[in-house]
Amino acid sequence: MAGVQVSNLSRNFGAHKALDDVSIDFADGGFYALLGPSGSGKTTLLRQIAGFDFPDSGRIAIGGESVERVPVERRRIGMVFQNYALFPNMSVADNVAFGLSVRGEAKATIASEVQRALDLVQLSKLGGRRPHQLSGGQRQRVALARAIVTKPRVLLLDEPLGALDKALRVDMQIELKRIQREIGITTIFVTHDQEEALTMSDRIGILRDGRLVQEGPPEEIYDSPKSEFAATFLGDANIFRGETTGVGIRLPDGTAIAARAGATLAAGAKASCAVRPERIRIAIDSGSADQANGNVLRGQVSKRIFAGNNSTYFVERDGQTLKVIVQNTGADRLAAGQEVLLRWSPKSTVLIAAN
Amino acid sequence: MATTRILEWLGRLYIWLLLAFLYLPIVIMALMSFNVSPFYQLPFEWTTEWYASLWQNDQLISATSNSIEIAVITTILCTALGTAASLAFYRYEFRGKKFLQALLFPPIAIPWLITGTAMLIFFFGVGIGRGLFAILLGHVALALPYVIVVVSARLQTFAPELEEAARSLGANQWQVTRRVTLPWIMPGVIAGGLFAFAVSFDQFVVSYFLSTPGQTTLPVEIYAAIRKGFTPEINAVSTIIIVVSMALMLLTARFFKFGGEK
Repeated sequence: MAGVQVSNLSRNFGAHKALDDVSIDFADGGFYALLGPSGSGKTTLLRQIAGFDFPDSGRIAIGGESVERVPVERRRIGMVFQNYALFPNMSVADNVAFGLSVRGEAKATIASEVQRALDLVQLSKLGGRRPHQLSGGQRQRVALARAIVTKPRVLLLDEPLGALDKALRVDMQIELKRIQREIGITTIFVTHDQEEALTMSDRIGILRDGRLVQEGPPEEIYDSPKSEFAATFLGDANIFRGETTGVGIRLPDGTAIAARAGATLAAGAKASCAVRPERIRIAIDSGSADQANGNVLRGQVSKRIFAGNNSTYFVERDGQTLKVIVQNTGADRLAAGQEVLLRWSPKSTVLIAAN
Repeated sequence: MATTRILEWLGRLYIWLLLAFLYLPIVIMALMSFNVSPFYQLPFEWTTEWYASLWQNDQLISATSNSIEIAVITTILCTALGTAASLAFYRYEFRGKKFLQALLFPPIAIPWLITGTAMLIFFFGVGIGRGLFAILLGHVALALPYVIVVVSARLQTFAPELEEAARSLGANQWQVTRRVTLPWIMPGVIAGGLFAFAVSFDQFVVSYFLSTPGQTTLPVEIYAAIRKGFTPEINAVSTIIIVVSMALMLLTARFFKFGGEK
């Protein structure tokens, strides 16, 4: 087991900068998600760490050892592919045994290690099956067992749950997390699903256009995004754009929005404020819009989407549509056309420098 | 209803006519190899004397064994070289790859008569001359493109992640090829091998150009024999070849399901 250090990694494909000076420290035993839209470089980064492709510049170290020029077969990594990539001509047990067998391990060792790996993924009885006789979730488990049976230094997962349906995905998320804890392996996990990244990982790295936008624990990125992109890509956010006032921003129409203390920006500079939809309270406009208790905006409900445990209100205000999520507490629901007041605390407001 | 029945009946008739067209000459030839009369005279009288005299016909026997030998060596060489070439085309990007791939098709399209003439001139030019070795070289050159085309087609269905998965598990290039890639493309390799065998074993034109009197292959020998005067021994040897090659085809079809497998 080992940590992975990526330093100043760059990789160009022709004129396209697939990775642009990316540095991340993946600590030993951690569970990391690399999150980003398609084309953001997350898979390129994973393939660089795996050793399928070499960087133009920069350094990759696994357990302190430089590996950026070491081919994949000598990096001692485990990888789970998006489409599982199980060998169709081999049984489940032979698939899992493959990594040990190419290393020339003794038959008895292989048999017991394979059994242990299949036990770990709860497929002990299916060793004799062929991959095409398994369900999607079972194939996923076989791919995982095959990747970890060789005791790799790091486990790399390329959108491993992408091909599963929603219910199975949630099961596999829990399962994957359990197995990862049990063997304590450093795990790097590529996904474009923000919910998956939030629920599973210890830390998240958000990538965009080959650059690392922000990196940190899920709570930190969600609560304190450093860019509009991070705010809107991980979770949903209402973005207000204006000029900084010292305690927040002033919108073009003169309305002031107070932000959480922290980032200080020169007054008059362009900046944005981000507010999560669930942090905003919505109420029928009673006429008094005092700003004593934080930020207040007037608007009009244009639409409500009911989702059982909560409702999302779309509120029109000065040409902007704001989203507000309200828990279903049994309180009266607001109708479209209703004039409303939106209130939220400056503590829930993150000031972001314009980029 | 009536039209459907008529169409159905016409369809059946078509199939039977087609099969008759394809197989009747062969069946008649096989029957005549067991007929006493060397001139296809009826009534049919059973005999195996043509098979017995076949064993006495040293020229025919030696031509047959030449043909089999050349076809087997051609098959082995073309299968190995063709599979290796297909893998190279599949795995690597290199300069002139598209050009080389395009060059695969002219040998299939150029009339054998022209290829044969060209080979004869070339082999004389470089000092190889005519003979069995020249025939073998010619057959390998003719059959190789078929193997590459067939194996490459099979490789198109191979998922490249499988090789990546094998490498990530520590397998070197040779282990990846032997344990993951080859098992997948094996039906293509077998089919390519059959093509190579057929191209070589059936080959008349190029063999005719490159053979020397006395050292020749079966098709050339049969042609020469027919020109001298037809004997039912030709029917006998042809029947044996048909039975053996049909048996080989059936076995292959039995053990390798072409296409449509998981």
